[in-house]
Amino acid sequence: MSAAKSSLDLSLLPDGGVRWLDASGANADIVISTRMRLARNVSGYAFTARAREAERLRMLAQVRDALPNVPTLRGSVLFRLDELSQNDRQLLHERHLVSKELAGLDAQNTVRSGAAVFLGEDAGLLVNEEDHLRLQALRSGFAVPEAFEAVQRLDRELGSHVPYAFHREFGFLTACPTNVGTGLRASVLIHLPGLVHTKEIKKVLTGLQQMGLTYRGLYGEGSEVVGNFFQLSNQTTLGRSEEDLQEHLVRVVRQLIEREEEARRILVRDAGYIIEDKLWRAYGTLRYARSLTFDEAMNFLSGVRLAVGLKLISGLSVYTLNKLLIFAQAAHLAHQEGRVLKDDDEANLVRARYVRQALASEGGGHQ
Amino acid sequence: MLCEHCNERDAVVESIKVLPTGVKHEHLCDKCAKAKGVETTITMQQHALGEMMQAVQQQASLVTADAASCGFCGATARDFRLTGRLGCAHCYEAMEHSLRELLRRLHGNSKHVGKRYIAPQVQMESKVDSVHDLEDRLRRAVESEQFELAAELRDRIRVIE
Repeated sequence: MSAAKSSLDLSLLPDGGVRWLDASGANADIVISTRMRLARNVSGYAFTARAREAERLRMLAQVRDALPNVPTLRGSVLFRLDELSQNDRQLLHERHLVSKELAGLDAQNTVRSGAAVFLGEDAGLLVNEEDHLRLQALRSGFAVPEAFEAVQRLDRELGSHVPYAFHREFGFLTACPTNVGTGLRASVLIHLPGLVHTKEIKKVLTGLQQMGLTYRGLYGEGSEVVGNFFQLSNQTTLGRSEEDLQEHLVRVVRQLIEREEEARRILVRDAGYIIEDKLWRAYGTLRYARSLTFDEAMNFLSGVRLAVGLKLISGLSVYTLNKLLIFAQAAHLAHQEGRVLKDDDEANLVRARYVRQALASEGGGHQ
Repeated sequence: MLCEHCNERDAVVESIKVLPTGVKHEHLCDKCAKAKGVETTITMQQHALGEMMQAVQQQASLVTADAASCGFCGATARDFRLTGRLGCAHCYEAMEHSLRELLRRLHGNSKHVGKRYIAPQVQMESKVDSVHDLEDRLRRAVESEQFELAAELRDRIRVIE
């Protein structure tokens, strides 16, 4: 474990913390990533929001002391969010490595003292989130069992050295009653442009809710759906086993992948040249635009991603497109530029330049 | 309607108490309500889960079965209504009855069937640590005006010291 860093050195992160973007997983053209999260609290302290600063720091110290006994986090990097600049906190959030709440980026915009994250190669541990501990594993593509295996291993190791709050009837206790029981949130980030363009999506989303799944935008709770990216996860955490919850998600997502593929076939069959034109226009805009807002970039990227999936555009890898999703965001742009961007207008210019260069260097497209 | 307590100002809240002899309704003005410790919910921004909890409690008339506040962290049912979050693990015991019903509505079930867990035996906490813990709890109890709990905690700190 390395010492806490006051300024963010991303080279410390195993694979920059973005191995989940590499599109190596199953169905990576449709499912960007799989994320498994377990919520846990440590016995003997009030939950984070009610705990006093001294309690939060003691709890963090207790967890840190236990880490030599936690092989999954061996070699992990500790970031104290409460010692990082806002841009660095946002950067970690944009990489999906910390939640908005932990990064102190929600309405109050203050980071809690004691907020920290241990980032390991296989899994991460968020400390002093809404719950004391949030264990998470991210994987590329559709990889529910692999991600669960990692987070479960971390849970086993940590839980045998740090006492969790557990109730005989209610299971693992959490600050919010919606997480109690297993504390498991199993989710996939999935790209569904076919279902959106064929106007099937409303029906599909309603169906998902009836099957106990909920959807959110790219950045989880409270985020808007943009670029046809949906984050699907189990709605309930109590009364079903961890295996049950995962199997259910896997079953539903498999069906969803089939429906998306079917929708794409229909699009090509019934609206071939319209769709083709639309997707090439998206590519053209990304390739040549001089100013791009984040939402625009996401929507055009969605189109290009679909075009690659339909094999209309060749020579562009899904990995590049995934990277653009993350690296075209405000904090990443500022980080690459090595300075604070003064406003949205400037960020839009920098974003357009970054996207142009990334696409040009791939040399994809021409037909 | 005038306040039934001071008979001076207009009554703005109806306080409902469930007594062994039956239900007692009392109409109070804002000032007397506050003096009597009755919540005037009018201006309260409730959390969605808090609203759900209140509905559960009203329907099941379980309020009396639950503790008024958590003996560990001092959180009250009112805190939950405002934030939708519990204060600590012990709140689950303190509000067990209404929570069980709330969990049933949220999850369709109130019984955990997943992984079981037995906490490891952590070495005896040092005296310093537990005094710190008690002091934290004491401060919280005072801040939330739970004076009985505060007095008890103060006694316990004295015993250790």
